[in-house]
Amino acid sequence: MPFSLSIAVVALPLLMFLVLGLLDDRLGRRAAGVLGTLSMLVVTVMAYGVSLTYFFGTGQGQIIDGVRQTVTVWNPVWLSFTDTLVVRMGVAIDPIAAMMLIVITTVSLMVHLYSLGYMSNHEGEPEKGYQRYYAFLGLFTFSMLGLVVATNLFQIFIFFEMVGVSSYLLIGFYYHLPAAVHASKKAFIVTRLADLFFLLGIMIMSFYTGTFDFDALVGTGGAAAHTALGTAHTALGTAHGATFMGLSVMGWALTFIFIGGAGKSAMYPLHIWLPDAMEGPTPVSALIHAATMVVAGVYLVAKLFPLYVIEQGAMDIIAVTGAFTAFYAAAVACVQSDIKRALAFSTISQIAFMMTSLAVSSASGELIEIHGDYGLGYMASMFHLFTHAMFKALLFLCAGAIIHAVGSNENSMMHGLHKHMPITSIAFLIGCLAIAGIPPFAGFWSKDEILVACYHKGLGWGLWMSMVAGLTAFYMFRTYLLIFFWSEHKQHGHHAPADAPWTMTLPLIILSCISIVAGFVPAHKLVTFDGEPLHTSLDWTVAGSSVAIALIGIGLAFKLYYKENDAPARMKAAATGLWTAAYKRFYMDELYQFITHKIIFQCVSKPIAWFDRKVIDGAMNLMGTVTQYCASAVRPLQAGKIQGYVMTYLIGALVLAVALIVCVLV
Amino acid sequence: MELTVLMYLLPALVMFGCGVYGFLTRKNMIAIMISLELMLNAVDINFVVFNRYLFPGQLEGMFFTLFAIAIAAAETALALAIIINVYRVARNVDIDDVSKLKF
Repeated sequence: MPFSLSIAVVALPLLMFLVLGLLDDRLGRRAAGVLGTLSMLVVTVMAYGVSLTYFFGTGQGQIIDGVRQTVTVWNPVWLSFTDTLVVRMGVAIDPIAAMMLIVITTVSLMVHLYSLGYMSNHEGEPEKGYQRYYAFLGLFTFSMLGLVVATNLFQIFIFFEMVGVSSYLLIGFYYHLPAAVHASKKAFIVTRLADLFFLLGIMIMSFYTGTFDFDALVGTGGAAAHTALGTAHTALGTAHGATFMGLSVMGWALTFIFIGGAGKSAMYPLHIWLPDAMEGPTPVSALIHAATMVVAGVYLVAKLFPLYVIEQGAMDIIAVTGAFTAFYAAAVACVQSDIKRALAFSTISQIAFMMTSLAVSSASGELIEIHGDYGLGYMASMFHLFTHAMFKALLFLCAGAIIHAVGSNENSMMHGLHKHMPITSIAFLIGCLAIAGIPPFAGFWSKDEILVACYHKGLGWGLWMSMVAGLTAFYMFRTYLLIFFWSEHKQHGHHAPADAPWTMTLPLIILSCISIVAGFVPAHKLVTFDGEPLHTSLDWTVAGSSVAIALIGIGLAFKLYYKENDAPARMKAAATGLWTAAYKRFYMDELYQFITHKIIFQCVSKPIAWFDRKVIDGAMNLMGTVTQYCASAVRPLQAGKIQGYVMTYLIGALVLAVALIVCVLV
Repeated sequence: MELTVLMYLLPALVMFGCGVYGFLTRKNMIAIMISLELMLNAVDINFVVFNRYLFPGQLEGMFFTLFAIAIAAAETALALAIIINVYRVARNVDIDDVSKLKF
């Protein structure tokens, strides 16, 4: 299939957004959903065609001398600042972009299909804004696809904002609920704040390199670009001693860009928006806040990976942030009672895995020779991104089916659903096994690679991440067991919960199948940062120990949560403080609240507001007042008495005449 | 006794002074208009006199005066029309009552 088709892949969702958005109510509810889903099916087929051609086809210039190349399909100039600094908008395919095309279109198609059932009614009422919902899904899909095929940093930034907007629109889909409105605002503002740093990073980077293009920044293929970059980098920063607070200029630029990515990818401490974003419709959470948009940050770092590799300082920041976030989110996920929140924290933790994996991949020169695993972490991260998107979307869609059946997010309202919803239960179990890393499910293969990369970085890193992986297994099975077992289901609604209609069940089955087999995708041959196949072998010490740790976590969860007992309550009572702290997400939201309201609003905004109101507005008001005063002072002169005017004129003329005469005489 | 320029100019000056005085002091709009005409005619006299004495062979001053008389007639008609309209509204022709066109 020709690569030029990828332009259509990106453009068609935009077209659907315009069509569905503009026609709105003129299009029937059913018609809008079916049209959106069918067009998404076409997009998916085309994206698969493009990606599979890129990975397995030959003869279109994608592989030269065994090195996978970036194929730039289309790259016109969009905006030209100077002769050298031009912004282009285009479509380029490299291994990770091709992989992301598959991820996005697959999950998006599943969500489109699932939403046909999920959004058809809302607590018995027909859902309002069905057409709007599908239009927004189209907008999001377009933005996300545009992001991954970006040819330059600026384009990525623009599409970063656009996914942010679509996310905002979809979180706030139930705009009549205050919680949804707050959540959408929070998501938008937090990610926008992070994007400010991203923009700063882009500006610094483009100022020193004079380009936005990935081609020029990271080049195609590995080694050559690497050397070129090495010299470019030397020319830019460190060699000139242009350092600032211990990091080179490039390091700062890359760190800022990472902060932008961290905002989207919900890294600590910018993670606070993601749990709240669960106020949106559940399929949206599956698409945007589990599978695609939240990995945009990881994708961004991966795109610039060759630059990060040389900038060890920035890499260390990412590694520490990632490792801490992974643990933090896992710990919080262990006590959440809202199943979507638990899944949200699980997402944060898994994305942190990917980030850490990328960051520990930046082995220095010696390590390459010792382990021969240069870029292993990169591959593992991208692989995990792929598998995680599949099984996390599966978990979210299951959660949607459960919430749909029960009418609540709280696990206390569920319990014992296994008998009522067997298909959902099994699909959820597959998702849990995948995320816990039990072979042969998808998560095992990718997480194992990540752990290997971490152990290569250092024993401490490896142990830490293994521990988090164990926690992952524990909290996922805790969630699973509390939903489907624990006790007999106590019916709260009017009718007994049951498996959802086929439009909702079919995506679950498809995604379950993918979650089982996705681990066998030969990612190490396809998705490497230098385009050359990576030689990996399963490290059985790491694999075995991680499976053992996962099994311990699962066993513990079964012991505590399989049958109703008072052990969890006793544990909670024994460590109330810790439990409450974790439940309250270690007071991060309160901390933000404190910082924004008590410090920023009180100490910064208030004085600024005072200055604005009193000094700036005051100066303007003063000008107005003075003018008015002067005007009222001279106003009586215009009395409308013609004779008065003439008198004034006469006296003036006489005075002038006298003055003239005096002047002439003297 | 020979007539000198001064003997023509003095009455014109007196006429102009009367006109100015009347224009400034009268309250009746028609009286003000008459004062205005006085001033105009004083100026007309000046034109004719200076033409006669300074440029005897030429006629510009004379014609200018004729023009001024014609224009003054038109202006008077206009002013009278305005005054009549003001009278219809204000029921008198006092100049102080027509000071509403300010700010």
